[in-house]
Amino acid sequence: MTVERIEQRLAGLRAEGRTALVIYLTIGDPSVEDSVACALAAARAGADILELGVPFSDPTADGPVIAAAAFRAIHNGGSFRAALETAEAVRKESSIPIILFTYYNPLVAFGDERAADDALRVGADGFLVVDLPPEEGAVLRARAKRNRLAIIPLVAPTTGLDREPHLFEGASGFVYYVSVTGVTGAGAAPLSEAAERAAGIRERARLPVVIGFGIRTSADAERAASHGADGVVVGSEIVRAIAAAASREARVAAVEQLVGALRAGLDSRPR
Amino acid sequence: MAVSALGYYDDFGGRFVAETLVPALEELENAYREHVLSAAFQNEWRDMLRHYVGRPTPLYRADRLARLLDPAQKTIGELWLKREDLCHTGAHKINNALGQVLLAKKLGKKRIIAETGAGQHGVATATACAVLGLPCEVFMGSVDVLRQAPNVARMQMLGAKVIAVESGSKTLKDAMNEALRDWVTNVRTTHYCVGSAAGPHPYPMLVSELQRVIGDEVRVQFNQQSGGLPDGVVACVGGGSNAIGMFRAFVADPVALYGVEAAGEGVHSGKHAATLTAGRVGVLHGARTMVLADDDGQIVEAHSVSAGLDYPGVGPEHASLMASGRATYLSATDEEALASTERVARSEGLLIALETAHAFARLPEIAELERNKHGRPARLALCLSGRGDKDLGTLRDRLGFGKDV
Ligand SMILES: Cc1ncc(COP(=O)(O)O)c(C=O)c1O
Repeated sequence: MTVERIEQRLAGLRAEGRTALVIYLTIGDPSVEDSVACALAAARAGADILELGVPFSDPTADGPVIAAAAFRAIHNGGSFRAALETAEAVRKESSIPIILFTYYNPLVAFGDERAADDALRVGADGFLVVDLPPEEGAVLRARAKRNRLAIIPLVAPTTGLDREPHLFEGASGFVYYVSVTGVTGAGAAPLSEAAERAAGIRERARLPVVIGFGIRTSADAERAASHGADGVVVGSEIVRAIAAAASREARVAAVEQLVGALRAGLDSRPR
Repeated sequence: MAVSALGYYDDFGGRFVAETLVPALEELENAYREHVLSAAFQNEWRDMLRHYVGRPTPLYRADRLARLLDPAQKTIGELWLKREDLCHTGAHKINNALGQVLLAKKLGKKRIIAETGAGQHGVATATACAVLGLPCEVFMGSVDVLRQAPNVARMQMLGAKVIAVESGSKTLKDAMNEALRDWVTNVRTTHYCVGSAAGPHPYPMLVSELQRVIGDEVRVQFNQQSGGLPDGVVACVGGGSNAIGMFRAFVADPVALYGVEAAGEGVHSGKHAATLTAGRVGVLHGARTMVLADDDGQIVEAHSVSAGLDYPGVGPEHASLMASGRATYLSATDEEALASTERVARSEGLLIALETAHAFARLPEIAELERNKHGRPARLALCLSGRGDKDLGTLRDRLGFGKDV
């Protein structure tokens, strides 16, 4: 399956006139078992793609919510290895597309080629590496390509049109458009602007576009999707809900509730 | 050493950042080529270095210390100290800060941010911003805010806003994380004035160009005052800016290059900052370099009595100089650095920074190596990167000075 799994899911949703809901979790917050349970809960409640977040000690692109989750997760066994284990456990029960979302250093420590091989083996479908612009990571890219795993490119509000083709070259799966010049969890993302830019990217890249950063509520999700983006990512809000719950049952319930509400909001909106 | 188009020194360097920052780094790289290397910029910057900073700084022959370390005159022939402590603000950091703030003005940036460990780069950036008229915010780990308190007051006096960082190890690494987060958010209007020859391309190239003035001066002064070239040059290594500034002028010559890192409580204690000596290859703060990390790739906390060396990464050019064998990297413990500080103060009347003290601490071994190589006492030049007033609190706590009078 691999990259096709992502592409088929996005194409299927588009054909139905629906917007993909991408859900981010920090693996290991508060434990790897909880992450597996929450990931499956998200899938049951209507998530279309999972981003399994590898916690990193120095998360420079993350705001306080995800950064704090990363520190807790590292303490509780979160790692790239744990994200692979989570992917493997989820894959046994669900066909939801899985993206391994990480900073680069955990992959350097694990080994680029081994990371791409193990990702394939456990049934993950791609990588999104926050701090790996296309100029870097040739070994990982080549191996991922050989294994038919997506390497999701990021486009930012600061990215010039002249740089875009370089980002799209060799990309597969989808393009991730970062809605805001800032870190994750930032409030007041200019979502309408982002929605417009995403529509342009979709045409130029000839790939689906997913918008992330700053999307918390159904209303945010709808605004972000208003110009035909293929999907939206919700991260900090999920992480916050998991952190606020006191037991595994409560975490699972919180994820189901939040994802269910987002799903219902997106599905009720005419596309 | 030549840097590649993508910012690599052999296998080390590059640009590992969120896409949001890539355009700003490209802009800075273009500005480097257009301005920093231009005659107009160089004239303006060098004029300030001369009349405002007080360059060239002296090269001082420290005979009393040389004899204290080597009474028999077997290993140390001549010991020369490059007096960066006499720069305005008290350390080499001002060379870089003035250059970057000048450059930021050319780019039309409206605001400057910086990270600082010892506070010397923070003070230097606050100073450059005051004299060049830009607002300045400095991120500093809360541990360092306490142990380098005099520099916090200096920054505030200069009109800078100091932001205490409470995350992670609450030291230099975390200050840099927070500065990067601010920069990602305000990148269109803000220049991030990185304080060492570390970080994503083009920072290592830019900072080393702004610090090479140290070694360039030493080369001329040494030839005038002693004759020829030194056998070896020595510097402490945190991120590596004073060291690369010292090394650059000699890298193509038969001059040995020695960097000294912080071994904290010992390189096997798990509490150290000897990234080159005891680290592994990794990616931190935008560059592939040597880092202190565990098997999962999590960066581990560094430890050093000196805030300026308390960092689990190092500039990529040093990683490359070590890999090629061109430079030799040693380390000195907290205890050795503290003892050196006292020794240098008593023998030469110089109150040196704890960072610098690490370089002094390895002088006997370095002199021995060079003596063995050349078969005669060595002529060494050491970068006295900064003065130690900021460390009086630590010196009082650790060595007991200033308590009972
Ligand atoms: C006096 C002094 N020397 C050395 C350093 C270490 O930095 P670098 O390795 O970039 O020279 C510092 C850093 O704060 C410093 O204040």
